[in-house]
Amino acid sequence: MSSDLTRMTATEIAALVAGGETSAVEVTRAHLDRIAAVDEQVHAFLHVDTDGALAAARSVDERRAAGEELGPLAGVPVAVKDVLATRGVPTTVGSKILEGWRPPYDATIVQRLRDAGTVMLGKTNMDEFAMGSSTEYSAYGPTHNPWDLSRIPGGSGGGSAAALAAYEAPLAIGSDTGGSIRQPGAVTGTVGAKPTYGGTSRYGLVAFSSSLDTPGPCARTVLDAALLHQVIAGHDPRDSTSIPQPVPDVVAAAKLGATGDLTGVRLGIVSEFVGEGAEPGVMAAFRESVDALTKMGAEVVEISCPTFSYALPAYYLIAPSECSSNLARFDGVRFGLRVGDDGNRSLEEVMSLTREAGFGPEVKRRIMLGTYALSSGYYDAYYGQAQKVRTLITRDFTAAFERVDALISPTTPFTAFPIGARTADPYQMYLADLFTIPTNLYGGPGISVPCGLSEGLPVGLQVMAPTMADDRMYRVAAALESAVGTFTPPAL
Amino acid sequence: MAAISREEVAHLARLSRLAVTEEELDTFAGQLDVILQAVAQVGEVAAADIPPTSHSVPLTNIFREDVVTPCLTPQEALSGAPDAEDQRFRVPRILTEDVAS
Repeated sequence: MSSDLTRMTATEIAALVAGGETSAVEVTRAHLDRIAAVDEQVHAFLHVDTDGALAAARSVDERRAAGEELGPLAGVPVAVKDVLATRGVPTTVGSKILEGWRPPYDATIVQRLRDAGTVMLGKTNMDEFAMGSSTEYSAYGPTHNPWDLSRIPGGSGGGSAAALAAYEAPLAIGSDTGGSIRQPGAVTGTVGAKPTYGGTSRYGLVAFSSSLDTPGPCARTVLDAALLHQVIAGHDPRDSTSIPQPVPDVVAAAKLGATGDLTGVRLGIVSEFVGEGAEPGVMAAFRESVDALTKMGAEVVEISCPTFSYALPAYYLIAPSECSSNLARFDGVRFGLRVGDDGNRSLEEVMSLTREAGFGPEVKRRIMLGTYALSSGYYDAYYGQAQKVRTLITRDFTAAFERVDALISPTTPFTAFPIGARTADPYQMYLADLFTIPTNLYGGPGISVPCGLSEGLPVGLQVMAPTMADDRMYRVAAALESAVGTFTPPAL
Repeated sequence: MAAISREEVAHLARLSRLAVTEEELDTFAGQLDVILQAVAQVGEVAAADIPPTSHSVPLTNIFREDVVTPCLTPQEALSGAPDAEDQRFRVPRILTEDVAS
């Protein structure tokens, strides 16, 4: 029974728990056993909260026994990216500078997960401060892709995606600043959705680039992702950038999409992203998926979004600029590491030694890059110009959405690459997010759904929708899933 | 021509409060040069009369009712501090001590 439970979708598990055919404790034990069996190879988790998970599961079982009405995901285990504050449970952001930190409060999303009766299994590995596309920049060692353990699981949320693909958890939470939910989803054959910016609360999310950071759901099926989206999304008075509007009905949209009927849906292929930028195997899987979407009744056209080609350089000015400001809070005073405080050194010396010891190379690069882009004399040419390009990218999206309901592209230019292949040249790493970044600059929602294999490795298709029209992307993704099915990695 | 010199990187590290090593300076200078040359592409876009976007959500001045709600205790707030004293964060010395007492 144990191994069966880990192979089920969240929807199936929730139904079994609700019907009393299994207990939340049994489900949780099955996943903890699976983690114990395979995570030494995968390294998806930085911390497994065995006691907390079992206590949460027992509470769900007790509430059910008492006749309490439980939510649609009650009793379902979830893995949480280590970027979200979890009360009393270690939160490192993949960095040595926060090693051992136990937050005194829960992020809003974590609180909503608890309120919904989901069971948090633990915290997943990530590139340090969510800066990276491979999870290799974690200070605690890389995560391995369950499809091929010698390859990367994507990043920054590689731990969450790998936990799903390795059947260690049926649901996971990620955060997407430039593709950190969607790109790991694509390269692990799982579903990853970036909600509309402001659609999910950032309260308790360790900040990297505040105008871009968006937490969101990860799952093995589109419907499961939608159910998780519904639980975590919605206005939060504690986040002043949170949108005070109702959450689009993403669950209904996923169910509608699963009927396989896309009659009347207009889709635009982003011309700039189907040229020579993507690997042939990725393009082949994408083209086949476009045929499938067309067969289901979608009207598919090509749409040029010329400024999307400048999204990557604009992003690598805007995100590091915001990061250089946000990470100033790591000063060795209020939380985390302090190095070199021998009673003689000044505050400034201790601060510099602490940050030098606590941050890894990619974080240092981005802090310095952002400091440069914001310096007087360079501001107009770099940060200021990047913000203008951001306006033009938004205009390209707006114009496209006058002609089509959603845009589509491959999620990533290439499939999972070997661990170590791109770390020597940071800019080569940045290219992994070439197709996902425009959405973040615009602020709209995007989802990656598995669409095929290339040489045995998963390929993802990305659906991008207008802001607060997250339901549209779930409909298209669920339709594609109904046509191509889900993909199972080789047994570990 | 290099977009950024080793000396400029050393200056950035000081501004960023990063006590980087000489070896790191060599590595970062080369890497930041590659990155800066690539991101400089934004300059190719004609955008002189385009307004900048700092944020995608058009919300300003978000207010809430001034209601007292529970907050962290001093003990909780100081629980992650590297050093604390008398319910305060303890910091290394801020002033130099060459003032005659």
